Parts: sequence; structure tokens; C-alpha cells
Amino acid sequence: MMLDSIRLYGRYIETSVKSQMQYRASYAMMTFGHLIQSGLEFIAILLLFDRFGNLEGWQLYEVAFLHGLVNISFAIADGATRGFDSFGNMVKSGDFDRLLTRPRSTALQIAGHELTLRRIVRLTQGIAILLWASLALDIAWTVPNLLLLLAAISGGAALFAGLVILQATLAFWTTETLEIMNTVTYGGLETTQYPMPIYRSWFRRFFTLVVPLACVSYFPAVAIMGITDPLGSPLWFQYISPVIGIIFLIVSLQIWKIGVRYYLSTGS
Amino acid sequence: MISYWALLSARFRSLLQYRSAAIAGAVTQVFWGLIRVMIFEAFYRSSTQPQPMNIQDVTTYIWLSQAFLILIPWSLDVDLRNLIRTGGVGYELVRPVDLYTYWYTRAIAGHTAPVALRVVPIILFAAAFMSLQPPASIVAAASFVITLIAAVLLSSAITTFLNITMLWTISGEGVAIIMRAFVNAFSGILVPLPLFPEWSQPMMNLLPFKGIIDTPFRLYMGHIPAQELPIHLAHQLIWIAIMILLGRWILARGLRKLVVQGG
Repeated sequence: MMLDSIRLYGRYIETSVKSQMQYRASYAMMTFGHLIQSGLEFIAILLLFDRFGNLEGWQLYEVAFLHGLVNISFAIADGATRGFDSFGNMVKSGDFDRLLTRPRSTALQIAGHELTLRRIVRLTQGIAILLWASLALDIAWTVPNLLLLLAAISGGAALFAGLVILQATLAFWTTETLEIMNTVTYGGLETTQYPMPIYRSWFRRFFTLVVPLACVSYFPAVAIMGITDPLGSPLWFQYISPVIGIIFLIVSLQIWKIGVRYYLSTGS
Repeated sequence: MISYWALLSARFRSLLQYRSAAIAGAVTQVFWGLIRVMIFEAFYRSSTQPQPMNIQDVTTYIWLSQAFLILIPWSLDVDLRNLIRTGGVGYELVRPVDLYTYWYTRAIAGHTAPVALRVVPIILFAAAFMSLQPPASIVAAASFVITLIAAVLLSSAITTFLNITMLWTISGEGVAIIMRAFVNAFSGILVPLPLFPEWSQPMMNLLPFKGIIDTPFRLYMGHIPAQELPIHLAHQLIWIAIMILLGRWILARGLRKLVVQGG
């Protein structure tokens, strides 16, 4: 059943890519556009470090490491859950009813609804920057460090995916995909690219306790980079914190199920 | 002229309907502004070197850019895209109005109506709690308003240009994303333009993008003295003219080879 689901997801992705390739010129330009867009965003960070030298004692490579890490997680989550983005429209038009009649999980069908290959641009860039930063920082890639990196990436991807699913779940009640949730997804992405100590404490607490994005980026990252956390978090916490991302996803999926149970079609 | 005015006000009123979206947008932008202010404050705490712009001005710059975010020519007209996709664009051609002026009018409404909804709450909030400074002087405020109007015209000309490119690529996203990347980088929304390296300043002064937010904002805070208004306004006007001519030219070409899709 699991294997079957994965195969089906593969098919969804395939058809989605095929349909996008119908607009070939636009597609090529889109990929190129995303390449320069995410490239220029990173150049903005370089520019600020060039001007200010450091960020409250944090060096460029340490920030680059964080930047790479969260972008990898985000790209994976975004690629895997793209379909949830247009979920509001699905509810509004009643298209969601069709999905309910099919003998597969609704979450799977929506996740595979649309994959834009341009996420791969972000992913590639994230990996490149992470590698570049870790070479410059001379990180020892021991087994615990590698495992922690993988845990942070999966935890991060799970957490971002959970946020997207929560946002879509709200559409069951509001029939709109709520823009306000972008503050925590895109805003969270922006926030966690920089080290947490630079922020005010209430803001830090928000991204540690309410939307625990710091647990899948900053905390594991300081452990990997071998930095003593200025915030004073213990090493054991830095090692287990990525698990919180997975828990977040599980909880989000449960809430999604509740949403499906209470779903009333708009009937149009 | 009267018909364009009617089109403008109809479009404006229909956009004003999305009030809950506007509130959500305002909250999003306040949150976003907070993140950016905190990041810049941290950078300014890290260096004792004198900077081309002090942190108070950067903070004001950030809050103004959040308030006037819709001025930025980022997105395409979704309704127009659907018209082009479904073939409804054929109806656009039979209207007894000049097509370019009609689409340009739509773009102006698109850039002003959401601003009207978001500016006031964000400015009030930022001024009350987030140390957004008032304009440097009355003259600065007047120069700000004048260049802001020019900015709307410039932004709308860029948006119209992007909308017209949809006649070729249908989904249109391709050109729009490339343009968005440049606008992001060179308008000052990501990093205020005065903080760019010295060597890049001549290029920034030449490109059209500084006319969108950078010029009005720096006049507002007196970072550009009001005496220099004419040259900056001229820069905006020249680029408005270029974008309109370019838009008209590609529209004429596009219509010559237009194939109406579907039926």
C-alpha cells in the first residue's frame, strides 16, 4: 500500500511536469527567472556582510550555512505540498468532492496535484550554499554531525509541510487559502536564515514554541557548527530538537483529517 | 477621457471589495516589516563605521516599503490572463477604446486600490509603535507625494508591459518572474539602495527601478534634498515614457499575430 502510494505520487508528478511543458518558452524563462531571483536574494546577504562585516559576531559563512539549511528544507516541503497552495480554489469550486470519491488518501492526491520544477532551483542553490559554507567553516563531517544534518533537513521539511497543510485545512472553514499564514511560512523562512539571538525575545519565543522553526534550523545548526549557543540551549536539546518538526507534521495531518470529516461541499 | 475615468473608478471599486484580504495583507506586511527591521538593527549594532544611511532612516524606509508594497510591479493581471487563455481577449479588441490605454488604466487601478486599503493601517501602526518618522519637512512631504504619483504611473507602465507579454507566452509567468527578480533586487525593497556598494550607484541611478519606491522614500526622509526633486522626477518621467512606448510597440506587434484561443 505504501509502495503503491509512492508510485502513484510519482505518476502525479510526471503528469504535472508534462502539462507544464506545454508552455515551453514560459517554462524555460520561469526556471531562469527563479534562478536569478534566489541568486539575487543571496547576493543581498553578501552585500550586507560586505558593508557591515559581521552580524553581531556571526560571520558570513555561519549565516550562509543557516540560509542553505532552511532553503533545502523549504524547497523539499514546498515541492512535496505544492497542491495545497491552490486548495482554497478546490474547495470553492467543489472540485474537492471528486477527490473524496477516489480510493486514495486525500492528502496524497492533493500533494501530487501540481509540482513546479522550479523548486529544484531553490533546492540546488540551498545545497550549493550549504556545501560552500561548510567547507569554509571546516565542519568535521562525523557520523553524528551528518545524522544531525539529515534530521534537521527532514524535520524542517516536515515542519514547513505541516504549516502548508494547516493553512489548507483552514480553507475547509473559510473557503479561502489564508494569506495570513504566509507570515509564518515565508516569514519563518526569512527569519530562520539569520541566527536567532539577533531577534527580540518574544519573537524568538514565537519561532521556538509556537511555530518551532528554530528547532529545525538554528538549534541543530549551532551543534553542527560547534558553536556554543549564546542563548544557552543545552547540547542534548540541540540534538533532539529536529524531532519536533516531525511531531508538528503528524499533528497537522490529524487536524487535516478532522477538517475532511467536517467538510461541507459548496455544491457548485 | 471620460470612459477611461469610468473604467478606472469601476475597477477601483471592485478591487476595494477585498477588504478581509486587505486586512490579512496589512498584518502580513507588519510582521514582515518587523523581521526586516530587526535584521537591519542587528547589522547596524555590528559595525561602528559611518553608513550612507542611518538606522532611523532605514527603519522608515522599511516601513514605507511595507505600506506601499502594492506599488511594486510584481504580478500580472489574473483576469487578463484568463481572457487571453480563453480567447475572451477578442472582446477586448471590439471595445471602442484604445486597448493600451484601457489596460494601462486597469493597471493604475490595480496599483492604487490595494494601496489605499493598506497604507493607512500600516502607517498608523508603524508610526505609533515602530518608530516610523514623519516626513523631514513640508517640502519633503510634497516632493514625496509628487514622486509617488509618478511612481504609480511608472509601476503601472511596467505592469502593463508584463501583461502584454502574455500575448506570447500565455501563462506569462516567465517574463514576470524575471522582472520580479530585478525589481526585488534593484528597487530597494530587499536592501535600501543607498546601502548598495559605491561602485554600483551609477547603475542604480540609471535603471528604472529606483523610481518605484527609492526616489519617493528618500525624498520623504530628506535623504535626497528637496532641491534635487527635478532631476529625480525627470528620471521617473523618462522611464514612464520609455515603458509606455515599449508597451505600445509590442502590443501592436502582438495584435498583428494574435490568434484567439478556444471559443
